Amino acid sequence: MINNIFHTIGIGVAFSPNLKANIYEAARLSLFFESKLVLIHVGDQSSEKEQQILDILQPFIEENLNYEIVFKTGEPVDVILSISEEKKVSLLILGALQKENFVKYYLGSIARKITRQAKCSILLLIKPSVERLPCQHVVVNGLKNPKTKQTISAAYYVSHKLQSKKITIVEEITKQEVAVSVDDDKSLRKSVIVRERIKLREDSRVKKIISEIPEAYTCGIQTKTQSIFGKRGYSIGHYAQFVRADLLVMNAPEKTSFWDRLFPHDIEHILSELPTDVLIIQ
Amino acid sequence: MTPKKNNISLFIKQLPKNIFSGFVVSLIALPLGLGLAMASDAPAIAGVITAIIGGVIVSILGGSHVTITGPGNGLVGVTLVAITTLGLESAYAAIVCSGVLLMILGFLRMGNLADFFPSSAIQGMLAAIGLIILGKQFHIMFGHKISRENTIDYLIEIPYTINDALHYENTGLIYAAVAGVISLLIMVFYSKIRNKYLQLIPAPMWIVLLSIGFSYYFELVLHQDNPIAKDYMIPAIPSFSEITTQLPEVSFLNVGSLAFWGSVLSLTLIASIESLLSIKAVDKLDPEKRRSNVNRDLKAIGLGTIGSGFLGGLNVVTVIARSSVNVNNGGTNRSSNFFHAFFLVVFIVLFSTQLTRIPLPALMAILVYTGYKLASPDLIKKIFSVGKEQLIIFFVTLLSTLKFGLIIGISAGVLITIIIHFIINKNVTLFLRHWVKPNVLMFREDDAKSSYYVSVKHFCTFANFYRLKQKLDAISEENDVIVDFSMCEFVDHTVMENLNNYQGTFTKKGGHFDIVGLDMHDADSKHPFALRKTVPVPKFFGYNLTKRQENLENIAIDYGLEYSPDKNKEVGFLNEFLYFKTKQANYVYNELIDKSKDVKLFDIEFSEGEFIAKEVIRTSMLHINLNISAPVFSLDRESLIDKVYALAGFSDINFEKHADFSKRFHLVGENQDNIKAFFSDDLVRFFESNPYYHLESNGSSLLIFSKQRIASTKEIKALLDFGKRLKSVIS
Repeated sequence: MINNIFHTIGIGVAFSPNLKANIYEAARLSLFFESKLVLIHVGDQSSEKEQQILDILQPFIEENLNYEIVFKTGEPVDVILSISEEKKVSLLILGALQKENFVKYYLGSIARKITRQAKCSILLLIKPSVERLPCQHVVVNGLKNPKTKQTISAAYYVSHKLQSKKITIVEEITKQEVAVSVDDDKSLRKSVIVRERIKLREDSRVKKIISEIPEAYTCGIQTKTQSIFGKRGYSIGHYAQFVRADLLVMNAPEKTSFWDRLFPHDIEHILSELPTDVLIIQ
Repeated sequence: MTPKKNNISLFIKQLPKNIFSGFVVSLIALPLGLGLAMASDAPAIAGVITAIIGGVIVSILGGSHVTITGPGNGLVGVTLVAITTLGLESAYAAIVCSGVLLMILGFLRMGNLADFFPSSAIQGMLAAIGLIILGKQFHIMFGHKISRENTIDYLIEIPYTINDALHYENTGLIYAAVAGVISLLIMVFYSKIRNKYLQLIPAPMWIVLLSIGFSYYFELVLHQDNPIAKDYMIPAIPSFSEITTQLPEVSFLNVGSLAFWGSVLSLTLIASIESLLSIKAVDKLDPEKRRSNVNRDLKAIGLGTIGSGFLGGLNVVTVIARSSVNVNNGGTNRSSNFFHAFFLVVFIVLFSTQLTRIPLPALMAILVYTGYKLASPDLIKKIFSVGKEQLIIFFVTLLSTLKFGLIIGISAGVLITIIIHFIINKNVTLFLRHWVKPNVLMFREDDAKSSYYVSVKHFCTFANFYRLKQKLDAISEENDVIVDFSMCEFVDHTVMENLNNYQGTFTKKGGHFDIVGLDMHDADSKHPFALRKTVPVPKFFGYNLTKRQENLENIAIDYGLEYSPDKNKEVGFLNEFLYFKTKQANYVYNELIDKSKDVKLFDIEFSEGEFIAKEVIRTSMLHINLNISAPVFSLDRESLIDKVYALAGFSDINFEKHADFSKRFHLVGENQDNIKAFFSDDLVRFFESNPYYHLESNGSSLLIFSKQRIASTKEIKALLDFGKRLKSVIS
């Protein structure tokens, strides 16, 4: 099931100061995952542009990188989405923008739209760099959701390929789940008991998921489960930022409508302030 | 889980104590009730009705433990406005409506309402209320009734009134003013004189007793009329049967008017804020450290207010001063609130005619003093020490409340706080973007110690403190908690103050509460509040020692002790002692420690009561580590009061063999057999032949002191000597 889930990696190429870093990151990942790299440029084809990209790619081509460069004009969001589908891209890499003078990252409007509409997995990079920064610690959500199993497997796959040392599976326990409001000492005791019970239940559920993942991927990786109390989808980002995780792996959102953007929840919160690199598994 | 206690037998066992403290509280509630009602232009009896209805309903249905309910100080101003603009009958209707709103607040679980206001703004509002009370009643206290449009005018005219009073020619007025001034002096100096017999009766009751005695003296001894002018006596108080049969009319005719709903809103706002603040403060005093169910209390207070409105009473609120007295007199559960109401009924039935012998100025002196407490200069000094911007918030709220009323006043306070936050951060988007975000993350660390970690992002001010509070409230206080602000760009004073309170409750209950991540803020100095709150400037008064401190230093050299004059905030070792159950130790200083570290003599500052009823006391004490286990007990000189207390269930342990000791000493403790075994013949003889000290054991160490004041150097030597000899007798 987990043999090469990212067979084709796509990246949008714009001639910005980040060009080199973006391409380096994408190419490196393609080599790690042994996948094909599709570079998508929205705009006219020109040999000059092509040469520039090839120059950057040169060290990776020497390592037998399988790549393809696509030029197409049109609306950026549509172009990238349609080509991704056409080329059967399974992982699309997008770069985030950094707020000037602040150590805060957010997504540009194009990247945001793509994230919402894409049918493939998405990797949001907050700080692409030319040098490789090792990925030490992966945080993954352990929500009670049919997609979670796939997400956790993917997290192990990625950790295995990137040789990260540690995975933390985070179970978010919301206030609604505890369902006991604390008024006095009595209700406090009750809510503590309920919380403990939920925690045990969540732990065992996650343990079961882990047990089903092939040992080849889980061995050598330190696994930890952590329950946190907070808002679903938001607090996991807060946690990832707090433990200085290098990658946050999350389920793809169920469906986003206009209301979700007005009253942000789940993934929308993460998109508005990226805590770290985020991988959204479709 | 802890085993379930036998609640009923415990309740019955504690009943005498609660009846006693309910009685003491009713002694204050009576004069205060009369005074507060008179100050709000309502019939004098309305205040007592409020206390009775509130006491009965809230004690049965409420969710707090040691609070007392009744007419509140804060409501005087609003009630006054309601009665003058709407008339008494419509005002009752407004009170009923505000009761309904209070109940709704309770059902909507708005018990955290008071957290949504910046603390300096609330302080400003309370100070304004204090000035409103003080400004109006001050003139009556001097026998000079005036009526002005504006509160500020009342304050401005205070010097004129004093001047007038000095030139009175009417003897009736002179007597009235003298009664007022003497009463004020009693209120001011009562807490300074810590005499057991004097303290048995609360200050307001002394005023009542003295003025009734004065009136009888003229009537029975001199056969003259009471010399105080008739206008300055309490108007006729209806007898109990009249109160129950002649219910006041409640008129809902004004329900459509804006003024009516303005009054309803202000009454509700002030009643809820005053109650919630008081409940929070009283929880800190509760010797059993229970948590109050504020939402349930709000519902009960709302219901009480509805009942009280229909029966001719005012808004029922939780009151801090009376609750503090309740705790100090041994109240342990809600029954004391019930008995306070019960004794008020008894007073009205028996003495309602005597109450008309109280001069109005005497009663108003009580209110002037409460007003002063709310707006005392100490408060302004404290706020200034937190930061200049807090002073701005305070004064904006204070002045706009005085000028435009409470609702506009508190709104102005909130607004100016927000603007100040914007200016300090030079950043509006920080607040606008992140206001709705759930910025608090809590999780339990999985290592062996398993403490709770709470991380806060973006900003944390009064506007979103409820999110943090919600998380903190879900942690029971025996745990270790770390609150991390390293991802938070701005923390305001309200939050720091509240967290400080949490810190207090956690340490009291054996947990630990740490605030981390503010050091960084220190560095970029963007955080004036946090900075001053977390890094208190250390005070070294070692360089200029006072005469007493020099003497202490000499004693230290003489006795081979170590002396340190600095403030030491590590006072956790005192928490175990019975004496400190209802008191908050602030710090110890002037420590004299012996080489083995077992014997320690120190001056201590502690406080009794909370909020506006707070009294700060300094005493010298001796602490001895026994190194052996001993029973928990407390030993004191037996006095008349102890005999009274004994009736209320504080039983004295007596020894058949040592009649003299049993007669002279008052020994109490839970485990009688162990205590009797501990008090060997030698020990009893030691106590018999030595001066009296208050002595307490917490099971492993002793606390010894004599008077509730700083000891002189001679007394310190005596205390040291006593302690040393006692230690050798015990071991």
